[in-house]
Amino acid sequence: MADKYSADTIITETQKRISNAFDVFDHESNKTVDVREIGTIIRSLGCFPSEADLHDIIAELEEEEPTGFVRYEKFLPTMTKILLERKFRPITEDLLLQAFEVLDQQKKGHLEPEELTKYLTQEGEPFTQEEMDEMLSAAVDPDKNVILYKDFVSMMTFDDTR
Amino acid sequence: SKKCYKLLHHFFFHRVLLKAMKAAVLIQRWYRQYAARMEVRRRYTWNIFQSMEYADLQDQIKLYNFLGYLMDNFTPSSTERNLISHIFRENEVCRDAEWERYFSYNNITVPDIYSGPRLTFPLDMDQAAHLVEAFKNKQQLHSRYVLQLLLETWKLLRVLPNINRVSTCHSKEITICGDLHGQLEDLLLIFYKNGMPSLEKPYVFNGDYVDRGKDSIEILLILFAFLLVFPGDVYLNRGNHEDHIINLRYGFTKEVLNKYKLHGKRILKLLQKIFSWLPLVTVIDQRVLIVHGGISDTTDLALIARVDRHRYVSALRPPKKKTPSRTNVYADSERYDEMIICKNRRGSLTFPKPFGARESFQRRSLQDFSSTVARTLGEEFEVRRRQAEFSLSSFSKSHRILSSALSSDSEPESSEFTDTGNDEWKQILDLLWSDPMSHDGCIPNEVRGGGCYWGPDVTEGFLNRHNLQLIIRSHECKQDGYEFCHNRKVLTLFSASNYYEVGSNRGAFVRLGPDLVPYFVQYQATSMTRGLSFPQNVKRTEHTALKVLREQLFVHKSDLLSAFQEIDKENTGLICLNDWASAIERVLHLDLPWRVLHPQLVSSTTDGKLDYHGWFRDLALKKPSSEHIEQTMLETLYRHRSTLETIFRIVDTDNSGLITFEDFRQTLKLLSAYLKMEISDEVINELVISTDTNNDGSIDIDEFMEAFRLVDKSRLERGKSLLKPATDTFLSIHTLIELAFGFFFFFFFF
Repeated sequence: MADKYSADTIITETQKRISNAFDVFDHESNKTVDVREIGTIIRSLGCFPSEADLHDIIAELEEEEPTGFVRYEKFLPTMTKILLERKFRPITEDLLLQAFEVLDQQKKGHLEPEELTKYLTQEGEPFTQEEMDEMLSAAVDPDKNVILYKDFVSMMTFDDTR
Repeated sequence: SKKCYKLLHHFFFHRVLLKAMKAAVLIQRWYRQYAARMEVRRRYTWNIFQSMEYADLQDQIKLYNFLGYLMDNFTPSSTERNLISHIFRENEVCRDAEWERYFSYNNITVPDIYSGPRLTFPLDMDQAAHLVEAFKNKQQLHSRYVLQLLLETWKLLRVLPNINRVSTCHSKEITICGDLHGQLEDLLLIFYKNGMPSLEKPYVFNGDYVDRGKDSIEILLILFAFLLVFPGDVYLNRGNHEDHIINLRYGFTKEVLNKYKLHGKRILKLLQKIFSWLPLVTVIDQRVLIVHGGISDTTDLALIARVDRHRYVSALRPPKKKTPSRTNVYADSERYDEMIICKNRRGSLTFPKPFGARESFQRRSLQDFSSTVARTLGEEFEVRRRQAEFSLSSFSKSHRILSSALSSDSEPESSEFTDTGNDEWKQILDLLWSDPMSHDGCIPNEVRGGGCYWGPDVTEGFLNRHNLQLIIRSHECKQDGYEFCHNRKVLTLFSASNYYEVGSNRGAFVRLGPDLVPYFVQYQATSMTRGLSFPQNVKRTEHTALKVLREQLFVHKSDLLSAFQEIDKENTGLICLNDWASAIERVLHLDLPWRVLHPQLVSSTTDGKLDYHGWFRDLALKKPSSEHIEQTMLETLYRHRSTLETIFRIVDTDNSGLITFEDFRQTLKLLSAYLKMEISDEVINELVISTDTNNDGSIDIDEFMEAFRLVDKSRLERGKSLLKPATDTFLSIHTLIELAFGFFFFFFFF
């Protein structure tokens, strides 16, 4: 009995969270959001999907005749499943640090902006120029003009916990 | 072999993970998540500012309706003047020539020590440029020249049509700017980047030049100067803030009266006329429509071309009608149940031709009539309320009766009252107040309280009917200064950067050449934002928004407490998140994502429940200095301080900035009627005492409002203002602290 109660509560709480996140992007207050915001909404709920993951999710969410909008009724079950199954788990701080260290092949302890730009705009799921500029504005040390990735990672992680 | 496979898999996975490509994907995946969460914070910060802005605007309209309702139910039989009737007066009794005498500047002498610009008319380009330079150097134009410039502007505007028609022939590029809202720095930046208006550089300005910012009058003077010098190359549209009713609340009236203590009143009066004579829309090459707010499904340019636009001194005002209309757009009858009508006030007259009977009441004070009047009026009122039709337009009926009772002159425009008057009014209201929405259709804009929300289908229909290809409008703040919608057929353009807060948004202007392809230039006025990263910008703006929101929560404490206690029947002092959120929604009526905001507004919970008494203590805002006044009352007055201030300014008919104790008392009674809340005499006395009054029996409005501000206790305790724009030094220290903490955090874990 106690188990069922807590399971139900968890589901309700989860769905309330989803509803709230959805509402932030529901500009017309009619329970639809632009499909291009779906990625942001999913991420804002604590998930770390890749772009490829998002493509799959959106394909599932879109109507037979894509309208460019996603309705809440469709989004809710999909998102609930994602959250309850804990898909797209967070990337831990040490994993992230390792990733930066991999890119720092000369083991300098820092990265040049050009280096990082090359990797992130050419490899993997490339950043747009805008994304790259945004990240650089937060990552580049203004005095030394390099990315002290250790500090950067800690700072960003600290940010999140606030 | 399964185990082997697993090992191999793990080994390869591990190896692969360390490869640069996978590393890149990881970083990208992580950063996009971070960026998404920053985006959400930016969004709800935006929501907070916007919803509070619109809630405030709604309040203003409600206030106006309330005052209109008072007018409507004014008993014509008694000859006392209404406390606030003067703001509804059109003053059309005088001809333009007589008005020109009233606005005459000839007897204003300019002292030798005045070092500002001395204008000679007709103006030329050098003088206009000199004026810009002078304002850049923080000089103020002398009131003589202000009046002269405004008079010339008024004369010119009177011959302009409702619809400006512009052409890009001769390869001229036209520059279009959106809302400026008194932010001179932005206008200067635009001129710096784009050049000043000239024969080769035509400009269209799309309204909302005034209010909120602190240099509204300077912006107007610059725009009008260029209009006079280049009448064929400068085009001004009217915005919804070019409206004296709105100006009373949003700062323009206050600014002018502070800068021009002697002649401010006349300047404001002249500006009222000028605003009403501003053209309504501009059309470029018969292809592009430029209008401040937008359109509706009934917008008809042919009709708009024909209206007498100057009759609509305030777009919030319906036309005069013979028969009161049954359409009721705004009035809310239930609010006005128990009303105390304040009658008769003393004060200087603002019109050159005093109404006969009024003069004899000049020296009487409100209190002479209040007791008897209230009683008889109250009864009379009840009867009327049951009979009356609560529509804005019916007030003008009694207005006519009132003015004919008080004046021997008849109004010249009393003749043609038709039903098309109502249509015309709606046309203008829609042009100045509407907003686009993403869904088809056209619905009343309840958020703002005026105009419509119109959909892509309405845009399509409108463009086809009028053979146009693009609508450029302003009215809404956009983070990047501009934004397309409706399949790129509607462009919103906003030219006031950092509108909500330093770093909140960029401004933009657009250039159109003969190909009518828009070319955008974006900017941000303050150097404080240079060097701020996107996350830092977001956080700073968010901080301000949350502070404002916390204030709102604090001033609704009593209502919130009741709501919480209703839920917490066992009086545990604890409440869960969901209940907290629903209670706030019910009390505040602000459409915000409270559950998303929860972590920012609530610092700690025990077992997922909030100790709400402790929470209120944490909100920790220092109250105004009156301990004897009950919390609820203070909250109410603080919450409605904008309304209170607006009423003060209305009551202060001679614009002296001072009102008598008696009028102060009556103002509070007006407010209590508006809020349907008792404000006792004891409270009023207490308020009066707590303000530092000049010992001549009058209260300084500004001082009173100042003493009434809430102070952020936490800010006081930390001894520094968090709202001050950070210098670069401050930022690096801030970052250093964060980094240091980050280091500590990092080392602590490893």
